[in-house]
Amino acid sequence: MMNRVRAALGRTAGQPPTPPPPVTLRTRNLNASERVEVFVQQFEKLNGKVVRVRSRSDAGTAVRDLMNGQMAVASNSPFLHECGVANLAGVRTGFTSRDELRAACAEAAFGITSADHALAETGTLVLISSPREARLISLLPPAHIAVIAASTILSDLDELLKRSPEPAKVSSSTVFITGPSRTADIEQILVRGVHGPGEIHAVIVEGEE
Amino acid sequence: MSTAPEKIKDTIANADLQKAIYTATGRLMSHRAASIAPDALDGYQELRTAAHEIKRHAIENLDYYLEQFERNVASHGGKAVFCADANDVADFVLDLAKKRGAHLIVKSKSMTTEEIDLNERLEHHNLESVETDLGEYILQLAHQRPYHIVAPALHMTRYEVADLFTERLGTEREVVIEKQTKIARSVLREKFLAADIGISGANFLVADSGAVVVVENEGNARLTTSAPKIHIAIAGIEKLIPRAQDLPLFLKLLGRSATGQAMTVYTSFLAGPRREDEIDGPDEFYVVLLDNGRTKLLADPMKRESLFCIRCGACLNHCPVYRKIGGHNYPWIYSGPIGKIITPQFHGVMHDPWLPFASSLCGACAEVCPVKIDIPKLLLQLRTEVVEAKSQEGQGGSERRGFRMYAWLMRHPKLFRIFGKIGAKFSPHPREGAWIRRLPRFMRVGPLRNWIAQRDLPPPAKKSFHDLWRKR
Repeated sequence: MMNRVRAALGRTAGQPPTPPPPVTLRTRNLNASERVEVFVQQFEKLNGKVVRVRSRSDAGTAVRDLMNGQMAVASNSPFLHECGVANLAGVRTGFTSRDELRAACAEAAFGITSADHALAETGTLVLISSPREARLISLLPPAHIAVIAASTILSDLDELLKRSPEPAKVSSSTVFITGPSRTADIEQILVRGVHGPGEIHAVIVEGEE
Repeated sequence: MSTAPEKIKDTIANADLQKAIYTATGRLMSHRAASIAPDALDGYQELRTAAHEIKRHAIENLDYYLEQFERNVASHGGKAVFCADANDVADFVLDLAKKRGAHLIVKSKSMTTEEIDLNERLEHHNLESVETDLGEYILQLAHQRPYHIVAPALHMTRYEVADLFTERLGTEREVVIEKQTKIARSVLREKFLAADIGISGANFLVADSGAVVVVENEGNARLTTSAPKIHIAIAGIEKLIPRAQDLPLFLKLLGRSATGQAMTVYTSFLAGPRREDEIDGPDEFYVVLLDNGRTKLLADPMKRESLFCIRCGACLNHCPVYRKIGGHNYPWIYSGPIGKIITPQFHGVMHDPWLPFASSLCGACAEVCPVKIDIPKLLLQLRTEVVEAKSQEGQGGSERRGFRMYAWLMRHPKLFRIFGKIGAKFSPHPREGAWIRRLPRFMRVGPLRNWIAQRDLPPPAKKSFHDLWRKR
């Protein structure tokens, strides 16, 4: 096939490319407090629910209240541990086996994660797959709670890629989550919670650093 | 010229369908407009230009980027597989399925896989391949083709879906849309978790990362690419963009142009199978790079622009022709303006010679295309090719003679005026109107026939414009 491509373009093997156009990255460059405000605004526009707290232990309490006595699976994120989420009643965590994790997620009402980054402009959570964050926790259970430090919030995707231009080096999977799962495939009527979670919550820890 | 399919008349006569097409596309248009307005997005036109330039660069250096992509996919433990056509892809998937003892495949939305009829081929060999995007799942149950790139089942009502589910799934009849969605969710959840292979498309292939980018709103693509042990992404070779840092630009344009979303609910950037210490994710990762005629398009410097397409569907939504005839009246899987320019290039212009002419060249498509493909220009080029091919075949003689006569008349102003006066003498009174249809049947021939069937001309004026001008 490469020969067909080259023949079509009139190029030869090993020929260097013409100079590429410059990268177009334009960040809004919000300051720290703007980032939180804009993120909250956008997240809520998407029907996400936000709880803002001043300390890690308050975050743990907020999660407990959201869970309302139901079962949850939590990721192995150190930040979640610092917030005391791992010790809450009804929370199962510490999974390293894919199959066990899957089985637990099938019964859980909530999947609790942290987030590697958040993007203010679009109200987006960025989850990078790692031993600390499994892929399915934010996907299988019908509701997702993300507990993040305000400092993880960046202005926009442009800023993230300016800072980390090589996401492929870091992990096999980087997922950008912007709102609850939705579809309008039948008669253009909006329905939430199709395959992914129908409810998302962000617990934002401000102040403590 | 040959005519469009007869069933277009049925589509136009179907009031419910017309309403569905019109409101769905209307909604997508207004969402898009709101999301690119200056208060929502800075410098939209510059972004379009930048995207056009980057796509042009990637396409013109496609061999370089394909090789870079292949190397990078391998460096993360995945494998790029070059496939010339539909058979190659089917062979690859079947072979892999056999080696791994796979029986169940889950699929997320991919126009490319529809292009090659992948499901059909797999089913032929007793592999169950389940569509997981809600609209596509419904269509699969109904054995129908998608109606629109972004809203595949826009032509179906909740009642048709209710009937379908009862018939095919054996569930109790349910007409509430939210409940229908829940039914599909639970059926498909089982499939996701039991599947051996997940097949996805790719909105972008990132050369410098060896990564595949998949955008969606439902979560089925995430499940398809994370739950099964094997992930195969299938994409046309033109989906390449050079750098991960180009993604913010393209994602900004894609979501907004397609549905008016600044970002779709889930955007997955996938680079290889799971790394050693990751808890979940596929163990094997393949990217099928499909040609299927794209290198033919690539060879034409003017028409290769059609390969810039990022499959947003904006051109469909804004096209007055699409909004009347809907997606099923186009001969191939790609409908709307983009379908009009790529179908002839894949199947040959004479396969559907009416297609490039089914346009008023209003240019709405070109105005909204996020990567600035000049669709009207390409349509004109294709029209030229149809006419040339026809004269080669000896057709279109009466049309050419008609034009030659007209040209001759225009070059002889005195004769033109004489004919005008004769026409004016014998034409009906202006208030009577409609005179062409009263022409004897033998005169209503050739290229005018279809035109006359739908329209008429006002009668020639009693005093021609030339007369009035001279009198001034």
